[in-house]
Amino acid sequence: MTIFQMILLVFIIVCAIAVSFSRNLLNSVLIFMSYSLIMSIIWICLESPDLAITEAAVGAGVTTILFITTLKKIHAMGAEDKKTKTNALEVEREAEEHE
Amino acid sequence: MSKLKQTQDYEKTASFKFFRWISGEKDPYIGTIEMQEQSEHQVEDDTITERMWEKQMIIDEIYDVDHNRILTKFHKLYKIAAVLFCVALTFFLLLTVSYLPRTGNAANPDNNEVAQRYIESGLQETGAVNIVSGMILTYRAFDTFGETNALFIATVCVMILLMVDEKTLEERSEARLNSGRIKDDIILQMTAKFLVPFILIFGIYVILNGQNSPGGGFSGGAILGAGLILYANAFGIKPTQRFFNEKVYRIAKVSALCMYGCIGLYYYTMGANHLADHIPNGIPGHILSGGIILPIDICVGLEVACTMYAFYALFKRGGL
Repeated sequence: MTIFQMILLVFIIVCAIAVSFSRNLLNSVLIFMSYSLIMSIIWICLESPDLAITEAAVGAGVTTILFITTLKKIHAMGAEDKKTKTNALEVEREAEEHE
Repeated sequence: MSKLKQTQDYEKTASFKFFRWISGEKDPYIGTIEMQEQSEHQVEDDTITERMWEKQMIIDEIYDVDHNRILTKFHKLYKIAAVLFCVALTFFLLLTVSYLPRTGNAANPDNNEVAQRYIESGLQETGAVNIVSGMILTYRAFDTFGETNALFIATVCVMILLMVDEKTLEERSEARLNSGRIKDDIILQMTAKFLVPFILIFGIYVILNGQNSPGGGFSGGAILGAGLILYANAFGIKPTQRFFNEKVYRIAKVSALCMYGCIGLYYYTMGANHLADHIPNGIPGHILSGGIILPIDICVGLEVACTMYAFYALFKRGGL
């Protein structure tokens, strides 16, 4: 095992742990995507380019897009930024109604 | 047209008095009629103890999460049991791992004559330079057929769960257009215009060259699907529907699956009865070689590409 592969394996473990410890869902998805990319490089190192192509297309591409679409559907993306804005809007609307 | 009344005017009306009497704010009889003096209501001690006993019984017997003693005990026990179960499961799994044979040992059960046969006579029997494709699409064609069926069923399930009818779809897209959410991102559009043809051609190349180079139906189909998704993402769903709508999807998906089944069935029937099949293996290394690998690769590629794009479209807007 070369040093390059060792670095990749360490990186993959770090990614795997970071996915579950990340508070932001979008960050989790992006870390998962980088995990898949590193995995595809490892497949090439292990001399199985078939799997590398599939991993890059499915793991890094399609799965990430599906995750992000789902996050957008459930309004989980950028929830922290929007929260303050919507709160301010609601307060204004309530004030208008009271008047 | 309703008119707002002043509060003082409203207090004079009969309805105000009536509702005040209904809600019990003022008793109109107090002070106006003669009444007998009433004694204070006394609760006997026996009934108090009885009630307390009943309440305790309810707490103990009936499902009350906050106060039930037995349930609290059970919850504590449940946590301990869960931890114990996990530890035991880990222990047994690790014990099983220690019984597995060492990797790379010549006497391992996976080093049998099957693998040797695949490696030695795979090229001659299947005509595929890429030994992986030769294995999964000829010797193990029915395994791959099962995987393709699994993909088909997965999309059907997603369709059942997420599909909405055309009318709702149109209303939704109109609402989205009106809310001004759709933006034409020029960077994304130019990148997509430049990249999508190359991605699609690469996908087709990977599918058609499955028997000669790494790749095959699954990888090429995934690349095709990713290219379609990029196109749909950049230019919206309307331009994509010109060449890939629900009708095309249905025809492509079902016919690919049926064709795969027919080819596999033909190949296996001929092989089982020791008959010569009529699909030539061709010269290894050429595009038109590998017997049934090329048509099966095309079928699997279509199936996977349709699945990828359908997942995206169904998740994104609930229809193809």
